[in-house]
Amino acid sequence: MSTPTRSGKVLHIDWTRCDARGSCTELLPELLRSDPWGYPLPAGGGSDVAIPAHLAAAARDAVGLCPVLALRLS
Amino acid sequence: MNEALWALGRGTGVVALVLLTVTVVLGILTRSGRPAFGLPRFAVTLVHRNSALIGAVFVLIHVVTLLFDPYAQLNAVDFFVPFLGSYHPFWLGLGTVGLDLLIAILVTALLRRWIGQRVFRVVHWAAYALWPIALFHSFGTGTDAGAPLFILLAVACSAVVVGAVIWRTTTAFQLRNRTTPDRRIEPSRIAADQKTKELR
Repeated sequence: MSTPTRSGKVLHIDWTRCDARGSCTELLPELLRSDPWGYPLPAGGGSDVAIPAHLAAAARDAVGLCPVLALRLS
Repeated sequence: MNEALWALGRGTGVVALVLLTVTVVLGILTRSGRPAFGLPRFAVTLVHRNSALIGAVFVLIHVVTLLFDPYAQLNAVDFFVPFLGSYHPFWLGLGTVGLDLLIAILVTALLRRWIGQRVFRVVHWAAYALWPIALFHSFGTGTDAGAPLFILLAVACSAVVVGAVIWRTTTAFQLRNRTTPDRRIEPSRIAADQKTKELR
């Protein structure tokens, strides 16, 4: 299996704002699982998720559609 | 030509009312954090945003066509300063108040990343004022206010918005009870445990 190309973008989750609304886990199921309370759970844990190139658009959607502005791309 | 402007002004006003109704209901659904109408949660938010933007375009056409309509006798100042109109000043003024609120809600929503969630949310609450103001405006000065079809439409719109607002105030509104998350899981767990015990 080939490693997916990195987009160079990192998705940051602000846990002080996250309210488990679930948009991001729907848009990025490849990267974020949903914990039993509905909060996003990055595969490697933590608050920063490296975004592969083919998921860059979905990550932008997740940032734009988070109802509580808990996501940031950098 | 004047008839066409008038018809366009009327039609776009009615469509805007429907789109703003959809927006309010989907906004409440977004806040509830649940999927609806076969749409996942992110799509509820997306349709909420898009119906608001399309509704705003209809409002824009509505006010611009009536600016050129000789009956409505609008001035550019009536777009922003309420209750100065010459035709039904009060009811027209409600439309102006609605337009001002719509602009405020829209601009703060589009700029929410820069102005912050707090300001965005406070201004967004004005939607609960905007929707009834727009409805009263349509009844007060709308050409079709007495038409049975319009009344039916307005009653249907009111029913869904009032229903959504009532649901918003109930405890069932919050999908997840976050302080006691295990409660939702436990009854089934207990039942499963009991079943295994019975099988033994």
